[in-house]
Amino acid sequence: MKDMLPQVEPLIPALRRYARALMRNPTAADDLVQDCLERAVSRWYQRREGNTRAWLFTILHNLAVNQFRQSAVRGRHVTIDETNEEDFGQEALQEKKLMYWDVLNKLTRLPDDQRAVLLLVAVEDLSYAETAKVLNIPIGTVMSRLSRGRERLQQEIEGPSDDAGRNVVKLRSLK
Amino acid sequence: MSNRPITEDDLHAYVDQLLEPERRAEVTAYLEAHPDVGRRVAGFSDQRALLRSALALIADEPLPAELNLSRIIEGRRRHLSSWWAAAAMLLIGIGGIGGWVARGSMPMSSNGLAALEQEAADSFKVYAPDRLRPVEVRASEGMQLEQWLSNRLKQPIKVPDLTTSGYRLMGGRLIATSHGPAAMFMYDDNRDDRLVVLARPMAVELDAPMKPQSRSDVAGFSWADGGMGYSLVGRPATESLRPIANEVRKQAQTI
Repeated sequence: MKDMLPQVEPLIPALRRYARALMRNPTAADDLVQDCLERAVSRWYQRREGNTRAWLFTILHNLAVNQFRQSAVRGRHVTIDETNEEDFGQEALQEKKLMYWDVLNKLTRLPDDQRAVLLLVAVEDLSYAETAKVLNIPIGTVMSRLSRGRERLQQEIEGPSDDAGRNVVKLRSLK
Repeated sequence: MSNRPITEDDLHAYVDQLLEPERRAEVTAYLEAHPDVGRRVAGFSDQRALLRSALALIADEPLPAELNLSRIIEGRRRHLSSWWAAAAMLLIGIGGIGGWVARGSMPMSSNGLAALEQEAADSFKVYAPDRLRPVEVRASEGMQLEQWLSNRLKQPIKVPDLTTSGYRLMGGRLIATSHGPAAMFMYDDNRDDRLVVLARPMAVELDAPMKPQSRSDVAGFSWADGGMGYSLVGRPATESLRPIANEVRKQAQTI
């Protein structure tokens, strides 16, 4: 267990960030991370050699998916819209805060699977292969979700009336 | 410069800064040549930077106490040690109860006479009801049975003659026990009642006085003389078997 602390502790802020962006509710997100860490502690010796980071995100993501299923059953949905604006950092400049608040809000409008890929790749710096492993999907699916997620978030950012993004020539590899 | 076409995947890898320098240069050149695609990719890059900054604030927040890993590890250690303590108590409890329950029904020793009488009872229950082939070597084969079993047991063994008690030898077989091979002899009387005599070398309790079978479903007697253990089992009442057991014992002592 001695080797666990230095390997896992530095990753907790990232786990927290991912959970918060996924769960939309700070308390639920921290509960999720706590759950994740408890599982990680109990399974530390069962993990295969390899990427601790991807391993932790896998545990966290699976817990989040279970939560989504449960909240879907309960019909409860807390969005960033309902949370207090103060949750997004007091020190930041008001204008920037608003901009951040706005993009995270728009992020919540993405389907869960696209949001997960976008967060793992663009924010958590997981490779496409690691993301595929964490989400247990083929790498081709990672790429298509990333593409659709980015496209959709871009439309949200640029405003629904702006359709400049749709006119560009789309290049898709034919694999 | 390679001639590989630029794909959508390349554009995302460009945004995510995952391309090798050579490929990155190719994509940069492509984007300069295609300003519409360049604008779209620039938009994705801005979006990525914006998301990272917006979420960086969360990662910079101080961790709440519930997410202190040392505490979680310590909590689990305490939880585990209390679990182990509980499990140990439970096992001790089960052992105690098990021993109490087993005291009357099971032999307390698994090696000595108790094991032998168990083997004899089991053999009786398996082979005595067999109408087709209760024995492996028939009595008609005479000396062959005695010689074969003596060889296998590495001890001279004599087939007990129970004709004076009203039982005929049907034959015998070799029995596998966890203490090595055992010789089984089977007898029947005029009413087709069968008896089994089991004999094998003993590892412990080399000499043991004759005692009645402690299992309730088959009657009989067991004893050991000079390292060879014997067990006589059958359906008749225990006391009617005693003279037969004495007869077997007397004959075996003459070997």
